[in-house]
Amino acid sequence: MFTVIGCMLAGMIAGSLLSRRRVPGIQGTVNLLIWLLLFLLGWEAGSNRQLIDALPRLGGEALLLSTAATLGSAVAAALLLRCVRRKGRKEEHGS
Amino acid sequence: MKGSLLIIGFFVLGIIVGRSTGLPTAWSLADVSFTALCLLMAAVGFSIGHDPSALSRFRRLNPRLALLPLCTIGGTLTACALASLLTPHSVAEGMAVGAGFGYYSLSGILITGSKGAELGTVALLSNIIRELLTLLGAPLLARWFGSLAPIAAGGATTADTTLPVITRTCGDELAVVSIYHGMVVDFSVPFLVTFFCSLG
Repeated sequence: MFTVIGCMLAGMIAGSLLSRRRVPGIQGTVNLLIWLLLFLLGWEAGSNRQLIDALPRLGGEALLLSTAATLGSAVAAALLLRCVRRKGRKEEHGS
Repeated sequence: MKGSLLIIGFFVLGIIVGRSTGLPTAWSLADVSFTALCLLMAAVGFSIGHDPSALSRFRRLNPRLALLPLCTIGGTLTACALASLLTPHSVAEGMAVGAGFGYYSLSGILITGSKGAELGTVALLSNIIRELLTLLGAPLLARWFGSLAPIAAGGATTADTTLPVITRTCGDELAVVSIYHGMVVDFSVPFLVTFFCSLG
């Protein structure tokens, strides 16, 4: 994880050094790399026989738990966002 | 929508290639994935550093956003405890699966070690699906639940794999919140998974 964050910091430094110049193609590069990573993740999952064979039996339970986890955390984040915004508005009125 | 379909398309194509050819023998899939991830992070960092307004927008962020990892952990565990009532496994086992927070390799290994291959496979699948749901559903999550929701949904992966999608959906100023969130949730995974596995 730290190598990955180090790469991002290096990218940020390079980006800020070149902030006066137009650098085309960055968004396109990001998209291409995301597609490549998803393709490789699929390749890894697809070549795992045990995982593919277990899909029909355990897939439903996994989908239920992951959907619950995703929605549960999203609802908690929505509550935090509401709390942050309310506090922000109060401070704006107060000052 | 077109972006999500492309992502799904590439993922499905990968599954088809993996099923028909197996793992490559001449080179390591994990090494290539890691190199691609490092390049991706450098490109994301570059686009943030290149935009001088991103830093000033970050300075205006509310310090309460530091509580986001706690919301992610609390929301995930509560929802998984409730959802596990509909599964053949116990509440603690459902919470152990949820406590992977998308970190599928580690949670799958830890749960297989203490609870057996079946729950370990559920954990692996469930946490891969969570990462996919975040990658594909980030725009919808942001529309329905606000700009913090894709970060919370990404769980332990928001410091690396899901960060590019999050910055694209939620804005560059939330990149630092996303990295901080990913690191805190990531560190909690081994402790929480082991704890819920020990409960039964």
